[in-house]
Amino acid sequence: MAVLVLLSYEKGDQIRKISRSAITAAGKLGTEVHALLVGDHLDGLSQKASQLQGIQKLLVAEHADYAHMQAEPVADLIVSLADSYEFIVAPANAEGKDILPRLAGLLDVQPISDVVEIIDASTFVRPIYAGSILATVTSKDAKKLLSVRGTTFEAVAETGGNATIEKIENLPASDKQLSVFKELKLSQSDRPELESARVVISGGRGMQSGENFVLLEKIADQLDAAIGASRAAVDAGFVPNDYQVGQTGKIVAPELYVAVALSGAIQHLAGMKDSKIVVAINKDPEAPIFKVSDYGIIGDLFEILPQLEAALKAR
Amino acid sequence: MKILVPVKRVVDSNIKPLVKSDNSGVEVGGVKMSMNPFDETAVEEAVRLKEQKIASEVVVISIGEPKCQDTLRTAMAMGADRGILVTSDDALESLSVAKILQYFVTKEQPDVVLMGKQASDDDMNATGQILAAKLGWAQGTFVSKLELSDGKAQITREIDDGQEILELTLPAVITTDLRLNEPRFASLPNIMKAKKKQIETVALADLGVDTAVRLQVKSVAESSSVREGIIVGSVEELMDKLQNEAKVI
Repeated sequence: MAVLVLLSYEKGDQIRKISRSAITAAGKLGTEVHALLVGDHLDGLSQKASQLQGIQKLLVAEHADYAHMQAEPVADLIVSLADSYEFIVAPANAEGKDILPRLAGLLDVQPISDVVEIIDASTFVRPIYAGSILATVTSKDAKKLLSVRGTTFEAVAETGGNATIEKIENLPASDKQLSVFKELKLSQSDRPELESARVVISGGRGMQSGENFVLLEKIADQLDAAIGASRAAVDAGFVPNDYQVGQTGKIVAPELYVAVALSGAIQHLAGMKDSKIVVAINKDPEAPIFKVSDYGIIGDLFEILPQLEAALKAR
Repeated sequence: MKILVPVKRVVDSNIKPLVKSDNSGVEVGGVKMSMNPFDETAVEEAVRLKEQKIASEVVVISIGEPKCQDTLRTAMAMGADRGILVTSDDALESLSVAKILQYFVTKEQPDVVLMGKQASDDDMNATGQILAAKLGWAQGTFVSKLELSDGKAQITREIDDGQEILELTLPAVITTDLRLNEPRFASLPNIMKAKKKQIETVALADLGVDTAVRLQVKSVAESSSVREGIIVGSVEELMDKLQNEAKVI
């Protein structure tokens, strides 16, 4: 039987990388993979999505009610398609985590969140306790609903595929009163997206102020890196919360993760411990971050960061 | 306006959980247990709404072993009015918890169910959404700002690239992000007062709710994040390692 994958995209008409990872995961569950694109004004995105590798069919549900991907109408829509699928896969990002469990409630299924490994069609591995433990779980549900971590499944290529596009004509009516969209406040950034950046540089409470994040930005400029933060730095108001890496923020696994003035609480490690190389810069030699880093420097960030910037420039 | 707040007793999130020697689960015997931090945020918000005279009653509910009573007492010491304890010996998954909550929502008729966005033990992030679906209610997930008035909830949600503001029609299920507020510490007099507040105890078996396990935990294992790293003495040395050893820059 077939697998349905819910696509997630940026408002700037870009399919998110985590959706491309979800397609890879879906390919391990079944041979026929269909992707579902939900929203308003989808002409450009449909063309892009149909070229994704690993999908045979692209279902397009276009209606003003879906413009902001609210869980109530989107879950109702997927229920109307669910009979044809044994597996429904969503990215484990804000949208997937909002929509998939609601869908599970409607279908009376126990969802499986944040899957990091697919062992067979009913056995999955998922992190618990802020990622410090991995649980192997078996689902007895006839229909299986999974949200998938982007960091552990390779993303399919954006081009080279040739899926047939099928527009869904019979859209279920939605209760427009339940949830009304008011406003979107996007964080503005020219940097690469945190979850797909090759290099991430993060600051913790030890950065002392939001202004000091300029020191991280200068290094990020040299490495085309995304900037992240610990929850302490976000709570202190240094940076917006969508910078947060950790159990309750974003999960990243870049090639290089640089943790600056960040102690390394388990809730933070949950979001970055699968990075290939971890560098820690901290003045406290006892900071737990040094136990999970490949290279550490003990010292004052106000001395080390300018030196590092100069060294990167001189490369 | 009546608010129902589900709270979960979990291994204290500052403690590193240990895997049982037979890998069947996580050791909870003799380990410090606390209220799930996300639920503390939900209790705090409900109590603030009561202090602002927006909420008239705050009811807390917990499901699990009799010790969950402690969690309810903590919530009542923070300001909740009364508690419901559903006793069960089995570990319950989100679908089952949502069904039990649905039973009590039907009975108690709250205007809002306010709950943590996830439990810090199973990290499932699903119960609130499943409950909203079962009830046919609106859902506001990962909420960092909440205003209730005239049968509506104006919510600010934390999303991937920023925030989103939605208006929900009540009744609704709202799940809290940690940013929503800073939970208070219960004072000693309030802890004493909470001992007098009422807890209604019900056995899960008496409710007739289907809680059959759908997702079985086969085994658990430590996920080691420890690296055999080195401390370098200078930025030059770091650059050399990153360029020539790790080859990442």
